[in-house]
Amino acid sequence: MMRSEPIIYELSAPGRRGYSLPKCDVPEQDVKDLLPEAMLRERAPALPEVSEVDVVRHFTRLSQLNHGVDIDFYPLGSCTMKYNPKINEEVVRLPGLANIHPYQPEELSQGALQMMYELDQYLCEIGGVDKVSLQPAAGAHGELTGLYVIKAYHEDKGEGHRKMVIIPDSAHGTNPASAIMAGYKTVEVKSNEAGDVDIEALKAVLEKYDGEIAALMLTNPSTLGLFEQGIEEVASLVHKAGGLLYYDGANANAIMGISRPGDMGFDVVHFNLHKTFATPHGGGGPGSGPVGVKERLAPFLPVPVVEGKDGRFYLDYDRPKSVGRMKGYYGNFGVAVKAYAYIRTMGPDGLRQVSEDAVLNANYLMYRLKDHFERPYDRFCKHEFVLSGNIQKREADVRTLDIAKRLIDYGVHPPTVYFPLIVDECLMIEPTETEGKESIDNFAEAMLKIADEVKRDPEKLTSAPHTTVVGRLDETRAARQPDLRWTPAAGAEGE
Amino acid sequence: MKHPYLPITDENRKEMLEFIGVDSIDAFFADIPQSLRFKGNLNLPEGMSQLELTRHMTEISSKNATTSDFIYFLGAGTYDHYIPATVDHVISRSELYTAYTPYQAEMSQGVLQSIYEYQSLICDLTGMEVSNASLYDGATAVPEAAIMACRSTRKGKVLISGGVHPEYIETLNTYAPGQDIEVITIPLKDGVTDLERLASEVDDDTAAVFVQSPNFFGLVEDMNSVGDMLGDKKTLFVAVVDPISLGVLKAPGEYNADVAIGEGQALGNPMYFGGPHLGFFATKEKYQRQIAGRVAGATVDGQGNRGFVLTLQTREQHIRRERATSNICSNEALNALAAATYLSTMGKEGIQEVAELNLRKAHYAQKAITRLDGFDAAFSGPFFKEFVVKTKLAPSEINKALLEHRIIGGLDLGRFYPEMQNHMLFCVTEKRTKQDIDYLAGRLEGLV
Amino acid sequence: MWPKNFKFTEDHEWVKVDGDEAQIGLSNHAQDALGDIVFVELPEVGDEVVQGEPFGVVESVKAVSDCYAPLSGTVVKINEALIDNPGLINESPHENGWMIVIEPSDLGELNDLMDTAEYEEYEKTVEH
Repeated sequence: MMRSEPIIYELSAPGRRGYSLPKCDVPEQDVKDLLPEAMLRERAPALPEVSEVDVVRHFTRLSQLNHGVDIDFYPLGSCTMKYNPKINEEVVRLPGLANIHPYQPEELSQGALQMMYELDQYLCEIGGVDKVSLQPAAGAHGELTGLYVIKAYHEDKGEGHRKMVIIPDSAHGTNPASAIMAGYKTVEVKSNEAGDVDIEALKAVLEKYDGEIAALMLTNPSTLGLFEQGIEEVASLVHKAGGLLYYDGANANAIMGISRPGDMGFDVVHFNLHKTFATPHGGGGPGSGPVGVKERLAPFLPVPVVEGKDGRFYLDYDRPKSVGRMKGYYGNFGVAVKAYAYIRTMGPDGLRQVSEDAVLNANYLMYRLKDHFERPYDRFCKHEFVLSGNIQKREADVRTLDIAKRLIDYGVHPPTVYFPLIVDECLMIEPTETEGKESIDNFAEAMLKIADEVKRDPEKLTSAPHTTVVGRLDETRAARQPDLRWTPAAGAEGE
Repeated sequence: MKHPYLPITDENRKEMLEFIGVDSIDAFFADIPQSLRFKGNLNLPEGMSQLELTRHMTEISSKNATTSDFIYFLGAGTYDHYIPATVDHVISRSELYTAYTPYQAEMSQGVLQSIYEYQSLICDLTGMEVSNASLYDGATAVPEAAIMACRSTRKGKVLISGGVHPEYIETLNTYAPGQDIEVITIPLKDGVTDLERLASEVDDDTAAVFVQSPNFFGLVEDMNSVGDMLGDKKTLFVAVVDPISLGVLKAPGEYNADVAIGEGQALGNPMYFGGPHLGFFATKEKYQRQIAGRVAGATVDGQGNRGFVLTLQTREQHIRRERATSNICSNEALNALAAATYLSTMGKEGIQEVAELNLRKAHYAQKAITRLDGFDAAFSGPFFKEFVVKTKLAPSEINKALLEHRIIGGLDLGRFYPEMQNHMLFCVTEKRTKQDIDYLAGRLEGLV
Repeated sequence: MWPKNFKFTEDHEWVKVDGDEAQIGLSNHAQDALGDIVFVELPEVGDEVVQGEPFGVVESVKAVSDCYAPLSGTVVKINEALIDNPGLINESPHENGWMIVIEPSDLGELNDLMDTAEYEEYEKTVEH
């Protein structure tokens, strides 16, 4: 039986300490002699006082209340929850990679710079682009960077009046959010019944905003897990209209070594190292969202860029057309190291097999489930597929949310729910290539049992989950009466 | 091909294809036009075994100077601080690091509770009322705060002190045009913000004022005066702060800042060549629906048991889409977990002790260096763990000489400020011993 | 079931005219579709609203929705109770959950709206 864990503050006792520091070996001047009294802290920070044992037990017990890829299946669509190789965790902790300062002399950072340069080249090869910036810290950050690059490109050509970005109705929320943040306006383009961008609808949008189109943002395969069959026409239409094509790399796990976004016509591509390239998700980061571009857009990439010449690697700041800096330093190096190690481990054959197995696993799982759950698109999928909970809703007024909560009782993490928005009661399922057949069968069987429960005993779903440390949580209360930090008065269990 | 990360066997493949009713996986890729099929193999090096990879990565790492073999006096936004052994232990728990964003709350209570605790700890450290779950770094926290300020005040201009880290100002200037935000930099006087100039620039269209303390030159700014200046105005006071310094320096909540942001790398995270780092963002309760990024909140289940969920999600991109407070999705959760572990381990006493060690050692070093011929204190104001020295010799020459003695010297400020050619920014943390500092001073003495 | 003197929009807002004031809120159908409402963004007294354009926003846990003005006019009252208790819209969408009161600028716009009987029919045709 799982126990809930107190808040760390609730384990505190005055005088306990969890740390040890050396005695001060320089003259112990009074703080008041070194800093003006008016700038001294009035009240000591009310941090908890716990022993090291407390800290370790506390966080270890918290970890036991959590599900990760290392525990079981985690089929979140478009997240690519694949296995995180342990050797990558080991090598990133080498002092020569972890304990290096971004401003230390370049001659004494050649290993780091070389690794970044090589990763740049590998990503270019995989994506079909010409130059990569490793600076963006996540996919959304990569999108924003890519959009700034597109903006700068248009402005440089005297086309700064182009203010519209086209986004499909199936797109991830970061796409429109990034476009707005970059100062663009967005217009939606509909998907057709096959799940592809509706070409006629696209033509209508291009005509309506003739001369104003800056870009079209697309992910391929789409968030429905389907390859855009008309991608060549889409690319041609957008380019003819004077716009650029942006590739959201969230779904790149389906096509490595099989097809490349750069060859499809995309001008700007972002990669999610924490998805396709096996770096851990960390409970919400850190990620890394490198941006790759075709040659003519390279001058606009954020600064600095890593360059190499005659075996010497350096940071190139001499880029007058750059959009500027997107964050401090050079990017999430500690994440890039793991992606680099992964690519060096898999090699070209390995990466292609990753995509082939990911696609096989998804189609197999889809076929195991398609007779029991509504399947909106009658096509082979790529690395992920969508189902709808509509049958169950009609049968017993059970929602996809309830299916998800019941899956938790079967020990697996539910798939993504209610996204993409264009499918009713949506379930988006991505097994990834690191799941064995047994794991996939296990999940399929859980889903089939649940489909059966819907008919016989739907209350099991609507009251789920039953096996976790807490039952279904009151999200309405959390939003209506936000309690976002611990205070001594609010320590009690419930109210 | 057989590979440890690819469990599907030929036998599995056969069974699965048979179940689906196709001959080969080609069927799944038939909708990719031939013209788009990649021909041949990707031009990448052949895959390596684990042993070979380790050898290769070790070789790469050996080409970089590290804190194991050099003594570092370099800071400027990323720091060599002590990381207690608890931190790596906690962030290596794979239930935590192989987890995704906790969208299914009931099976993610570990991550959610640790985010809630991180938020609480940041609030206590900064003296603010609410915190988010993290942003990418200190640099990107600046435009996020600017955007929030402009949106909530409905104004279009921000003022930023020239004492803020130059890369943070650069980042703000990248984001500002897309949001129609005007950025004005306030000049410095004696190394700190020229408060008179600041007062004269604040007007009815100023959404926010950014001041960093300790600033990029290590100097402590007069945050009380800035707080007083802006007290009755509809302009947000954004304090950019060093979290370690808050063990001894006045907290933003104590001088009436509206927002406290900064770089949290110093809280239990290695330097990692500049990333991943950790942007913290804390503010007053009245702005809680406007902050960017994820937020965890406490609630109850059907039985009244306390639990934690992501909340106020309607601000975020996955729901609000175009009208989101920010586009941020993945943030720096694991780095925030490291910070939470660090702050729990150090606790109330530890954060004060570590801050005092930094303060005293930096002052000891500053005296030792500026007592030497050819090395003068550039500024007279109070400082925390970094200080600027004006040098007779070029900093590049000095640092080159120091390298021979396995010392990484201070930052050559000419790199960022053309008018500060012969100035160096030295940093001394609790990790530097008196011996290290005396050694540095000794080698510097030999130079002039 | 529906108050007889209400008029409705296709986006499920209602308006009740009383002399030279018009009270506006969300219909029962809207609050049911949104789920538990957690936050309401209202205009300020004195703001202008335009028929068919958003005047406010409601947030539930998982969704955000614009509220569209059934009539044009000037805001003269807002329901402050919704600030602390947005759930009023769920509990009593046609009475205590009212959102704003305006001084309508053109009562002729009422002709563009559905009366109770028409709305009842309309409601049947709309999914969830």
